Amino acid sequence: MFKRDERTGEPVIFVFEGEAIEACAGDSVAAALIAAGVRATGLHPVTGEARAPYCMMGACFECLVEIDGVPNRQACMAPVASGMNVSRQRGARR
Amino acid sequence: MNGVLTPDLAIVGAGPAGLGAAIAAREAGIDTVVVDDQSAPGGQIWRGVEDAGVQRRLLLGPDYARGADVVARFRDSGAAYYPLTTVWNVGMAPPTLDCASAAGGFEVRPKHLILATGALERAVPIPGWTLPGVTTAGALQILLKTSGLVADGAVLAGSGPLLWLLAAQMIDAGTPPAALVETVSPVRYLAATPLLPAALRAPAPLAKGARLIAKVLRHGVPCYRGARDLALAGETSVERIRFRDWRGRTRSLETGHVALHQGVVPNPQTTRLLRVPHDWCERQASFVPRRDAALAIAPSIHLAGDGARIGGADVAYLEGRRAALAIAGRGDNADCARALREAEASRPFLDRLYAPTTDVRRPADPVIVCRCERVTAGALRRAGREGAVGPNQAKFFLRAGMGPCQGRVCGLAASELVAEGGRINPSDAGYYHIRPPLKPLPLSLIASATVEESD
Repeated sequence: MFKRDERTGEPVIFVFEGEAIEACAGDSVAAALIAAGVRATGLHPVTGEARAPYCMMGACFECLVEIDGVPNRQACMAPVASGMNVSRQRGARR
Repeated sequence: MNGVLTPDLAIVGAGPAGLGAAIAAREAGIDTVVVDDQSAPGGQIWRGVEDAGVQRRLLLGPDYARGADVVARFRDSGAAYYPLTTVWNVGMAPPTLDCASAAGGFEVRPKHLILATGALERAVPIPGWTLPGVTTAGALQILLKTSGLVADGAVLAGSGPLLWLLAAQMIDAGTPPAALVETVSPVRYLAATPLLPAALRAPAPLAKGARLIAKVLRHGVPCYRGARDLALAGETSVERIRFRDWRGRTRSLETGHVALHQGVVPNPQTTRLLRVPHDWCERQASFVPRRDAALAIAPSIHLAGDGARIGGADVAYLEGRRAALAIAGRGDNADCARALREAEASRPFLDRLYAPTTDVRRPADPVIVCRCERVTAGALRRAGREGAVGPNQAKFFLRAGMGPCQGRVCGLAASELVAEGGRINPSDAGYYHIRPPLKPLPLSLIASATVEESD
């Protein structure tokens, strides 16, 4: 579980897997998902295991999600935007 | 935007080195473009500093707050700043950058180029490290810096000053870590002691470190020193960390968040792309790209900061300055040289004290090393034993290094493991060949780029 110190940004609502998530302006998608208690942000293409952000700086590529129909986006490098539609990637891309 | 920019100087990266270079270049009147993949200046160490309120700056400490001044001076400097922009290719003779942003693709053709791409966390391959809930220590700092988020009940595990800094910051944020598990054995203290006198010639960094450690201990955070055989376990995410303490007793701590750290290493993607020669540095257990006295790696291309060799923010800032002054035709002055010597004084001591252990550099066979393709240490060792002359040959059989991270996480461990298997040195085994694009990008972006004829 994560605690938030002070809310510096305006609230931003986006959708993850059909559920509304409240984030703060300035959050990355990965940070917002972590804050919302999401543990698995995708399934690994090789093993199908649950995977989640590891480095938070755009190096590890563990946080790949689909954002507004564009796949293989690094959630940690994408700032949240109102109405954004984010979904997990399950396994290899077809 | 499509098209071509043709500044006097282009800088890749807006951490301490990139900012130091830009500020110095603009002081010398040089037309400067800075390209950054982050959304705001500061790199990783000063990430989020422009948006941080007074409270957050206080808890993150004076080194972080100093970044606010540097970033402000950068904003006032007149350098053109392109955030959220990925450099996906670098060319030389003459230097060029191929860039991609949400607005489209563009090219930069500067007269001079300074690469300031910084460091990466060293991979910490231990059993269970790929479980959700396991991150680098840097990741927890980033969550704190950019979103004010602190993990509740986290265990920090590994070695290096960053662990103590993070623990102190979490204490000041009101959510101390559940435990700090340090993997520095008593032997390392003995080995590092002869290097202490030289470090004490510029004692400020060590004094700061000592204060951080004292603060963490004073707050009653359970600290386990000399820990070994770390392993993480859990069903679909991490639930516990097991290790042996300095007496050899097995310990197990329940936790949903583990932050691993074993120091940082240069981000090699651009220097490897440019085929710059690298030397193996055993002291820092990483490759170091070759630079000349003016920090150049090729004609008109300079490399400053942790992207060359780990030295920390102060060294990075000064190197950025030095590279820009060299380009401006102003040689090193005595003040800059002295400041660099002071900033570097504690490095040999810290490198030896916090050296990553062999079980992290060359883990046991069953441990996953390449996270992207789920390749184990054993497979990499076996490849070396069976004749792969380096990680590039092993890559073709195992796919290690072929995943989206392009070796950013597994690279060093792969080099060391293939070398160990083949009974050769990492310098002989080499490193993954890095080819463009440096990051995945949509084909439409390359297709839409305006092509300008060159004379």
